[in-house]
Amino acid sequence: MIHDRVGWLALPAVGYLGLAYAFPLLWLLSRSVLGPDGFSLAQFTGFLADPYSWRVIGNTLRVAVWVTLLCLLVGFPTAVALARARGAAQALLLVAVILPLSVGVVVKAFAWQIVLRRDGVLAQGLVALGLADEAPRLLFTETGLVLGAANVFLPFMVLPIYSLLRLVDPRLSEAGATLGATPSYRFRRILLPLTMPGIVSGAAFVFSLSVSMFVIPSLLMGDRFQTLATLTGRSFLLMRNEALGSTTAVVLLVLCVAIVVGSAWLAQRIGRPGAAAEGRAPRPASRA
Amino acid sequence: MTATERAATALMWCVAGLAVLFLLAPLVVAMAVSFGSSAVFTLPPPGWSLRWYERLAVTRGLWPSLWTSVQIAGLSTAISLVLGTLCAIALVRGRFSGRGAIATFLVSPLMLPGLVVGIAMLQGFKLAGLREAWPSLLAAHVVITMPYVVRTVLAALTLFDFSLLDAARTLGCSYPAALRRVLVPSLAPAFITSGMFAFLASMDNYPVSIFFTDAWTRTLPIQMLQYVEERPDPTVAAISTGLIVLAALAMLVGDRLVGLRRLAEF
Repeated sequence: MIHDRVGWLALPAVGYLGLAYAFPLLWLLSRSVLGPDGFSLAQFTGFLADPYSWRVIGNTLRVAVWVTLLCLLVGFPTAVALARARGAAQALLLVAVILPLSVGVVVKAFAWQIVLRRDGVLAQGLVALGLADEAPRLLFTETGLVLGAANVFLPFMVLPIYSLLRLVDPRLSEAGATLGATPSYRFRRILLPLTMPGIVSGAAFVFSLSVSMFVIPSLLMGDRFQTLATLTGRSFLLMRNEALGSTTAVVLLVLCVAIVVGSAWLAQRIGRPGAAAEGRAPRPASRA
Repeated sequence: MTATERAATALMWCVAGLAVLFLLAPLVVAMAVSFGSSAVFTLPPPGWSLRWYERLAVTRGLWPSLWTSVQIAGLSTAISLVLGTLCAIALVRGRFSGRGAIATFLVSPLMLPGLVVGIAMLQGFKLAGLREAWPSLLAAHVVITMPYVVRTVLAALTLFDFSLLDAARTLGCSYPAALRRVLVPSLAPAFITSGMFAFLASMDNYPVSIFFTDAWTRTLPIQMLQYVEERPDPTVAAISTGLIVLAALAMLVGDRLVGLRRLAEF
């Protein structure tokens, strides 16, 4: 009896987000497919017929793929180290992951502008180490953008993997060793499967953040390089071209929804065979 | 331990060490530049000075935008904490269908591109006749902060044993007193963690806020990006240093209250 009434407590939050968030999004979507005479995909066919649009989409996806790969390459070992570290090392790693998360993206993008300058620490460091003959140009290049974005999004790769690793019983690996499994076999058959849902959700998170980033490319790339997100922002804020902006906004939205839905499906499929063990986190909400 | 295993472990620690440097680099750079005497960003700076901090007092638009940000972040976090907690209770205790879908819906603003959400809300608010910057900002930021609250409080409530409330009532507590003395304390870490991240997310938001600002009402990130684009000098680094120190303090408090490892479950 009381269980039925308690459900009404959800109403204020759901009602508010329905009105202020879901309705506007659906409105945006519906207007993008409604022409003067009914349903029409003319906006999108027009957009996709333009080769420039494909360059923009290409830029968006290429950068996002590189950022995700870099984050995965650095993030996975870091998450494992974080799970194994104790004492001061663990505290340092935790601070390094959480503190940047609490500092705004404008601050970090601004700092990367300084780091990536030709007379900045990175370029000069490469020369000092003998890795480059002369200071390379990094600011306003895709390399610089990928570095900066990976820096901002790395915690979103480390944390989901770490939260699963914490639940993995270290004795599983020891048991494997006792039974004669080689280190690489134990990695492939124990550690990797148990953390795979975390890897998938971390990668999906980083990928969709990279696809939608706006401030970082604005500061590190400038106007010549456009992604779906920067083009959307510019159409509304500078060019006052709402038709183009709405089209790119819907393309971006569809892309992100596809990533979220696809990764959730993938994480569930991967999670199921390993469900016997601790790989299934008891906190489903944290994996969102 | 075999040789391969030792090599793999060493490699792992190397990568983790580099990751620490990589992650902290932008923060250290912003702080170093802010204490430099030079107006160009040379590192290490030719000399040390506090001149950029002195400039903060006379930087036009800085303090009003900071105040706007703090107000919007504080209010929207408070509203989200109340609405989000009520909703989490309904989702955990209720027996109606579609609870999973509702949870996903309330967390979804976090996963969709902020810019698109901002544009949609801008058009939606216009349709509803809401045109003033300040209330629009607040209304939008409730949507931004809600996911953090729902996600964390829902997770904490799932682990809460509701029979404890019955036990408290058997022992003579009234229902409100049982809620206050049993439920609230056990949810406190979730409130602190989610409140902190919701507040910071609102303070830092750029892609949604940009659509709801006018000449008089600006949030701090909007104002800062304008400084960066108009006249990049270390004044922005000084503001950044202030924000980094605040974030560090928030972390310290969070560590004292709930522990760093718990914050990592953000």
